[in-house]
Amino acid sequence: MYTKKELVQLVDNMPAFPPSVSRILTLTADITCAPKDLIRIIELDPVLTLKLLQLVNSPYFGLSRQISSIKQAVVFVGINTIKNLALTIAPLEILNHDSKDTPHMENMLYHAIAVGVISRHLARRCSLSEIESTDFFVAGLLHDFGKMALYRFLPKKYNKTLHLAAKKQIPLHRAERKTLGVNHLQVGALLAKKWHLPMEFIACMGNHHDWKFSRTSLLQDCIYTANLIAQTIGVGDSGDPILTPSLPKPIERRLNAKLPELIGTLGDLAGEMHKAKVFIYHWHSDLK
Amino acid sequence: MKLKFWGVRGSIATPGPTTVKYGGNTTCIEIRTDENDLIILDAGTGLFQLALTLFPELPLTCHLFITHTHWDHIQGLPFFIPSFIPGNILKIHGAYDPIARRDIREILSGQLQYCYFPVREAELRSKLEYITLKERQTIEIGSTTVTNILMNHPVLSFGYRIESHGKSIFFTGDHEPLFNIYEPADDEYEEYNQFMIQKNQSILEFIRGVEILIADTSYTLEDYPLKKGWGHSTFDNNIALAKAAGVKKLFFTHHEPTRSDDALERAFHEALERNPRQPGDPEYLLAMEGLVVEL
Repeated sequence: MYTKKELVQLVDNMPAFPPSVSRILTLTADITCAPKDLIRIIELDPVLTLKLLQLVNSPYFGLSRQISSIKQAVVFVGINTIKNLALTIAPLEILNHDSKDTPHMENMLYHAIAVGVISRHLARRCSLSEIESTDFFVAGLLHDFGKMALYRFLPKKYNKTLHLAAKKQIPLHRAERKTLGVNHLQVGALLAKKWHLPMEFIACMGNHHDWKFSRTSLLQDCIYTANLIAQTIGVGDSGDPILTPSLPKPIERRLNAKLPELIGTLGDLAGEMHKAKVFIYHWHSDLK
Repeated sequence: MKLKFWGVRGSIATPGPTTVKYGGNTTCIEIRTDENDLIILDAGTGLFQLALTLFPELPLTCHLFITHTHWDHIQGLPFFIPSFIPGNILKIHGAYDPIARRDIREILSGQLQYCYFPVREAELRSKLEYITLKERQTIEIGSTTVTNILMNHPVLSFGYRIESHGKSIFFTGDHEPLFNIYEPADDEYEEYNQFMIQKNQSILEFIRGVEILIADTSYTLEDYPLKKGWGHSTFDNNIALAKAAGVKKLFFTHHEPTRSDDALERAFHEALERNPRQPGDPEYLLAMEGLVVEL
């Protein structure tokens, strides 16, 4: 069991959210951002730089020349391509993990991607712009990061927690309280604060299981809904054995549809997920 | 080998009284080899008019090379009538899109989604083959070769060099010469400059010695400062490129959609006044819809 103080310490020892990621998101929200500013941010983050170079040199690009720096990459494939690649890689970077002691991590990651893809879909369905929809994707990708952090840093205890929730058929966050004394929502919110994420993201990471009337944000409603959809249709596995059967009425009104109807609008989710998965596997295998 | 321009307009089709002479269709170039093999560069709206002339040749095999998949270079594709007719073979070549993580087939079949077009890809009766190209991959069509190089545009975009029986053509697709994103006072200026020189030089070497250069010339010198970074070139840059590469004829194409025939000719003549032709310099011409050039 962890006390609040121990929990804060645990979170303090977890990896920092790469500052480059939030800076890239902020910078590129402005379509006229200076290319050299973007390059500077990327070059300050060695891990992101490595990932970008691996990707630019991958068979996807089919370049006839080996690219060895970000500046060279910009010259050869263009600033726009590099910008969009950085935006794709950056959020995935945070979820990088070592899977030895964490056999369920892959499924959790897949669930996180599904929530990202579905909440972006919901945002587009509400006629939000592509830039705004990207926020929905990132928030979805990050919503369970508290869980993945607990799993990554306390793998044995967390495997027991998963087992307990399945055996007793109780919600995962309640099983966490029993075995760890804290739940992934608390850890997620603490991490999000530590990383200086926007308030909206902190709210999504700290509370995506209990829907409350006091909420007004579309983002939070979409994350809640996307989480439910991903669980209902069984894309990935959040580790939570308990499934909520329907959406709260105010969300139905806001999204102007009931759960089955929303699931019906998903279109080629399998295709989108496949692409995300192929991308992630490609990216991990490069690291081996 | 001969070529015919079916679309010379950039960005968007611009039919109307002010573009009658040079034409309003977007990029499409037909190339016929001495063996009468059909090579088509880009599938802008000009492709539809080209398709209408192909009926006497059916069934046919058509080798289509897409420089990049922005709308003005693919919009004619769903209306390429031979693709509806059994017996025809359509070989479509282009780059992978690493951002959308889609190959050329996925990108182009997206055009045939029901919300965009009433005929789905599965309903096309011709044989469609998609070839996702790597940079500098050579495709052989009889005795002709088509090789590509990556140009500079806000998406992966290929320029194509076509060679046949000692004759050669290079088409830039959409291309902006690289510029330094740093100020001379910045520490990074020199390093970036080296990469730029390397890339510009590799493009120049790739083009060197072609008989005909067809180049994206969207802008005048006056237009350019406001449109820097949009991925298109100017009259003056292309004249310099053509001279350096030792080409015989330079065709300016991808005409800016707001430019009337008169304004286009004015811009052309002003560029030639700034760059008077010296002995041995290339011949400069404006690409015009319907124009046929024998090599």
